[in-house]
Amino acid sequence: MSTLSIWLLFIAIGLGTFLLRFLFIYLFGKIEMPDWLRRALRFVPAAALAALVFPALTHPAGHLDLSVNNFRLLAGLSGAIVAWKTRNVLLTILIGMLILWSLEAAFAMP
Amino acid sequence: MNKDFVEGARRSLPILIGVIPFAMISGVAAVSVGLTLFETMGMSVLVFAGASQLAVFQLMGTGSPWIIMVLTAWVVNVRFMMYSATLAPYLQKLSTWQKAVLAYMLSDQAFGVSLSHFVMTKQEVDHRWFYFGSALLIWVAWQISAIVGALLGSLIPASWGFDFAFPLSFMALMFASLRDRPTVAAALTGGTIAVLAKGLPYNSGLVLATFLGIATGYLVESLKSPQGTQQ
Repeated sequence: MSTLSIWLLFIAIGLGTFLLRFLFIYLFGKIEMPDWLRRALRFVPAAALAALVFPALTHPAGHLDLSVNNFRLLAGLSGAIVAWKTRNVLLTILIGMLILWSLEAAFAMP
Repeated sequence: MNKDFVEGARRSLPILIGVIPFAMISGVAAVSVGLTLFETMGMSVLVFAGASQLAVFQLMGTGSPWIIMVLTAWVVNVRFMMYSATLAPYLQKLSTWQKAVLAYMLSDQAFGVSLSHFVMTKQEVDHRWFYFGSALLIWVAWQISAIVGALLGSLIPASWGFDFAFPLSFMALMFASLRDRPTVAAALTGGTIAVLAKGLPYNSGLVLATFLGIATGYLVESLKSPQGTQQ
């Protein structure tokens, strides 16, 4: 990416994010959040984060790989257990990375 | 200094244990995808939303188009709408620019600390000052830690595969958002469609998967409780 498009990217994301943060504080007393929107928003984190996670594990090199040679899938599934049990971001990163490195060190082709 | 401002900052101190490392990771991650220190700081200040920043880094790594990065970051940050609607009654009788400053600093942690205090406390509290103290401390801690992370990041070689920290961190955040059957349905649908739609041009499957996931969660909840009760 060029320097210009990187900065435009940050500005676009930043402006949109600011509006998301500002809108209902500013509009309080004028417009209430409609009920359907409030209900739909509840599902955004689960849906969006899963859509980021799943393909990163199943397509580590850009194509589908569900074999045991896909270390990222194996390390990711281990990380999922940690995430599920602890809900701790740092612990999930730490254990997931350690398992990925161990698998690579033990089985990677020279 | 205003006592509620100090109280808001004081009660946010424990949560910095989570904020500081996460901000450092975002700094390390920024450098790992090739951003300069100045660009990392610029993003931290302009966006100030860790999960969306990591999402952008993951997409930069896979060469996604600009518009997909913007849409993904917005979607990841849509939760702030909920926070701002929830905090809005506490942050009134302020000028527009004061509201804008407080809104800009809104974070998961400032929201959590402030709202739980407002709901629980029996003492008289100026909500605006308390929230400002909490949000400002978290903002400052975040910015400093992100710079430290960016400086450390240049020491970490790419061969370590640090980009794998992105999906791992999303995984932990995802599990934290699973509360009941409809949210699990939203995650499973979003994730599965994203895998199936991986081949779509411009990585557009990501946005499609997110919307279908949200729709599924909404539908499952509606079937369960036609009146649309909330959790």
